[in-house]
Amino acid sequence: MASLLKYTIVRASLLVPTILVLYTFIFIILRVLPGDPILAVIGTRYVPPEQLEALRRLAGLDKPLYEQYLGYLFNALRLDFGVTLAAPQGVPVSDYIKLKFPATLELTLYAFSVSVLIGVVTGLLASRVRGGALDNSIRLYSIVAYTIFIPWLGMILQYIFGVKLHLLPTSGRISPGVYIDGVTGLYTLDAILTGNLEAFLDSLSHLILPSLTLGIVLSGAYTRLVRNNMVDVLETDFIRSYRARGISEWKVYIYAFKHAFIPTLTFMGLQFAILLGGAILTETTFNCPGMGTFIVDRIEYRDYNSIQGAIIFFAFMVGLVSLIVDILYAIVDPRVRY
Amino acid sequence: MVVKSILLAYPGSLKIIIGSLIVVTVAILALIAPVVAPYDPTKSIGTPFTPPSREYILGTDHLGFDVLSRIIWGARTVLQVVISATLVALIVGVALGAISGYYGGIIDRVLSMVMDSLYAFPSLILAIAIAAVLGPSPYNATIAISVVYIPIYYRMVRGQTLAVKAQLFVDAARASGVRDRTIIVYYILPNIAHTILVVMSLNIADAILTEAGLSFLGLTVSPPTPDWGFDLRVGQRFLLLGYWWLSVFPGLAIMILALGFALIGKG
Repeated sequence: MASLLKYTIVRASLLVPTILVLYTFIFIILRVLPGDPILAVIGTRYVPPEQLEALRRLAGLDKPLYEQYLGYLFNALRLDFGVTLAAPQGVPVSDYIKLKFPATLELTLYAFSVSVLIGVVTGLLASRVRGGALDNSIRLYSIVAYTIFIPWLGMILQYIFGVKLHLLPTSGRISPGVYIDGVTGLYTLDAILTGNLEAFLDSLSHLILPSLTLGIVLSGAYTRLVRNNMVDVLETDFIRSYRARGISEWKVYIYAFKHAFIPTLTFMGLQFAILLGGAILTETTFNCPGMGTFIVDRIEYRDYNSIQGAIIFFAFMVGLVSLIVDILYAIVDPRVRY
Repeated sequence: MVVKSILLAYPGSLKIIIGSLIVVTVAILALIAPVVAPYDPTKSIGTPFTPPSREYILGTDHLGFDVLSRIIWGARTVLQVVISATLVALIVGVALGAISGYYGGIIDRVLSMVMDSLYAFPSLILAIAIAAVLGPSPYNATIAISVVYIPIYYRMVRGQTLAVKAQLFVDAARASGVRDRTIIVYYILPNIAHTILVVMSLNIADAILTEAGLSFLGLTVSPPTPDWGFDLRVGQRFLLLGYWWLSVFPGLAIMILALGFALIGKG
């Protein structure tokens, strides 16, 4: 246990340079590259100079560059990402993040479950019928799924289930008139916690198409991983000896899967970054009010402060998730230690 | 007979053949777009929302533009952005990766840290940020895409360089006084060229989807320039009214081209 604690501490300290590098990189892109964020947000309107100065102070751009760099960093570590520069002006970016991130997190969690489920089922199936026509089709699926363009699949699903069949809602997170009060902001979870069945079903129905879209696109990688790992594990000596001892095929598969799943776990950490990227496109397609639509919306207003805040927040999340995954990995596989 | 024996000898080659066919076809169509496109892609040539017919094979869009012509011309936009972005990422990534892996030391540590951090971050989000700051244009989208893909080449080349460097023939070269630069260019890089090519073709598939994503968010071209991702976005509004051909075909074009490169990479 002590070694696990040590591992966790070392691994967590490795996050510091990662976050610093990302922060610096984003800072350079947004603040150092040519282009004045204040003029960008104003566009072609005429604004009196004193108002420009006020806006500059609001964005913290009146200070020297190094002070901006350090000041923003320390504020960001306390989850203070400055204020919005436009529409509406002066609202803390963190307020928006608190409001929008739960939607993205919820979508991400559902899409993640969908992708792992599809990936594990198809991967196991393919390893079971290795070399056959079904195996080849599943392997083709894993390549095709990788190249699906998220908005396209989303639209097709919207068209089929929304327009043609009238089965599922095609946009938003919840129907007008349905209310959920809760603390987490994850609508389905809040609905369960407050025992509100109607709201649960309603928010779940809004989640089905987006999470299917994102989940299918990401499932191909799991399919390939699970299949190839299973094929490798099924040929090891310990599996052969299980079979020799007459353990049922079903149980052999469960034992083999336990081993085949460990490498998949590391991969999940990497997938989280791709999930977040995909969530932007999914949210835009389905008009879900999450971080993705927030960023796209802010781009239209050229509100650099908000974009910077949202992206640095994403950097924190990616770092945090990779940390969690690595710790989980160390718990599952005790050989992983520093 | 010949084909069959090739397939037996190289199990992945069917994928490569199909993938190359797709890529070459699209590239040729893009090159000779003025000749093969039936209509001007930026001129209203028919009644808006004409469904696919003999006259307009893939129909017309909300402005009466020919969808097929826009897809053929759009291939130019996509390929230009994606190919130039990948080449820039490739050149920078390979150079830095080889230097980092060959010399090691402090440069290697710093570069590795920077590249690993960038690699961990969602490339689409980073590309969106860069493209948004630079302003929407194909040129800026190219910069954004190339920056986010540098770490992919860097990490691969660095690792491979470390492996090749440890081999005897590199020691021999060094012992006989061959210069470092010559060793990297003539001894190490040729040995990892095939890996670079595989990574590149998978990376192009990825870049096509990223480009489409940027265009979908309005960060690549301004209308009426034909571009698949942007046309898809415009078509979405009309899809829910039943005019499916506006968005379905540009989307298919994106995925077929991406699939072509992915098949080459996985083959």
